[in-house]
Amino acid sequence: MIKVEWFYWLCGIFFVLIALQVLNDRSNPKRIGSAAFWGILGLSFGYGTFVVHKQAPSWLLGIAVIGLAVLAGSGFPGKGEERTTTPAERVHFADRFGNKLFLPALVIPVVAAIFGAWLAKVKLGGGKPLLESGSATIIGLGVASILALILGMVLLKPKSPAVPLHEGRRLLEHIGWTAILPQMLATLGLLFNASGVGKAVGRVTDHMIPKGSLIAAVALYCIGMAIFTIIMGNAFAAFPVMTAAVGWPLLVQQFHGTPAVVFAVGMLAGFCGTLCTPMAANFNLVPAALLQMKDQYGPIKAQIPTAIPLLGCNIVVMYLFAF
Amino acid sequence: MWVLLAIAVVVVGFALRINSMLVVTAAGIVAGLIGGLSPVKILNAFGDGFAGSRSVTVFIVTLPVIGLIERYGLQHQARKLISKLKVLTTGRLLAIYLLIRQGTAALGLTSIGGPAQAVRPLIHPMAAGAAERRYGKLPEKVQEKIKGFAASADTVGLFFGEDIFVAIGSILLITGFVDTTYGLHLEAIDIALWAIPTGICALLIHGTRLLLLDRQLDKLAREAKDAEKEAAR
Repeated sequence: MIKVEWFYWLCGIFFVLIALQVLNDRSNPKRIGSAAFWGILGLSFGYGTFVVHKQAPSWLLGIAVIGLAVLAGSGFPGKGEERTTTPAERVHFADRFGNKLFLPALVIPVVAAIFGAWLAKVKLGGGKPLLESGSATIIGLGVASILALILGMVLLKPKSPAVPLHEGRRLLEHIGWTAILPQMLATLGLLFNASGVGKAVGRVTDHMIPKGSLIAAVALYCIGMAIFTIIMGNAFAAFPVMTAAVGWPLLVQQFHGTPAVVFAVGMLAGFCGTLCTPMAANFNLVPAALLQMKDQYGPIKAQIPTAIPLLGCNIVVMYLFAF
Repeated sequence: MWVLLAIAVVVVGFALRINSMLVVTAAGIVAGLIGGLSPVKILNAFGDGFAGSRSVTVFIVTLPVIGLIERYGLQHQARKLISKLKVLTTGRLLAIYLLIRQGTAALGLTSIGGPAQAVRPLIHPMAAGAAERRYGKLPEKVQEKIKGFAASADTVGLFFGEDIFVAIGSILLITGFVDTTYGLHLEAIDIALWAIPTGICALLIHGTRLLLLDRQLDKLAREAKDAEKEAAR
């Protein structure tokens, strides 16, 4: 059986290699702290295996995670000098390789989809599934990336096998600590849930809707997702709270909604909120700055008239298909 | 009820633009303490939460190959392909970009677009160029409108396309959170399929608004010209 933990170890090894590269990168003014960030992150990925299997204490990992947050708050990881091709070289390469450049990019979704849709159902002798159950997507993404990388190396023939690692680091350094923010927000969701934030919001929202009205409950979940996302700037942060408050207890447990539809559409209702909020700076304020707009809220103003009717669509889709 | 203070921490922290990682960590600790968890339990929650949600970060294994093909001119090749659409109006061009952005995001190719990669160097210049063909020198209101809508085409296309691809963070977050918290076994592909109806609505609503943009620009350009004539008199 192909296990998902193998791919977490692959991620862990990638982060540790990045840490070693960063440590040797004298052009990075923050190389020690940055290497510490990527190194701790990489080791945490491997250590996580033992935490999940209850073979090692979780609090140790908890300390490491808070350490990562403190490093991020202190301005790490920083970026080194970019060592990649110049625009002129890229034009030259683009002329030489043409549309072949798209092939590795296309391999990723195609292979990932094959794993998610087909290999997920394949059984080995003895009835065990080929892929660890519930993890077909992650395994597919891992395998797809490896295959795409092999194809890329064969097609493009870079001088050294370290080139993709350097290019990967270039992208990762651009993303920085934001790379693990979604994971932190998922963790926050768990803590909110354990300490009863969802239930508290549930008590507040409970008084807001007529008992037993399905359409009111659906609207509350969707509009709540949008409003919470506007406040928090991130649908990922709103999802665990509104799901614990309304989505799970009311829509799934009480009204027996189909979980996949309720949660998928609920998240998209949150995205309608993201379109409207300056708190989602990377999506709304950064583009305005990049385009040198006079009005930094220009993109939001262009998006609000789409977000409102689309939120209505989400309510209708969930009401029609989940129940 | 006091536990809702943890939400206030998030709101205030984000509003003051404190580093998001610190805000989230602080909110988690506040929620745990008010919720009556011991410090060790809070640390355990951070550890368990991190270990259980590692799937959200697996997308980084795609970075080496994406970086590699970028190094060899992916964006230039994409620009070359798209520049064959030169004859279009601003609205139609942005509507087509919305369709391409949403379609590629649905295939998991989210890195093909983006404000820095595509809108600034490619989409906005083409959209502004199409408008200049039509109105001559662009009044500021028209320029701002085009910029806002160019950015919006990218963002709407991304948001309501990416969720149709199975291996995107938001879907993995849904399955990760719901599976660990409620003991369900949701397959990511089911979540992805149910993103399709909303995706179609988004394409229709925003696509229509982009197509109507040409008329709005006509009006803005006419008004600006009239105002100029008034001033000249």
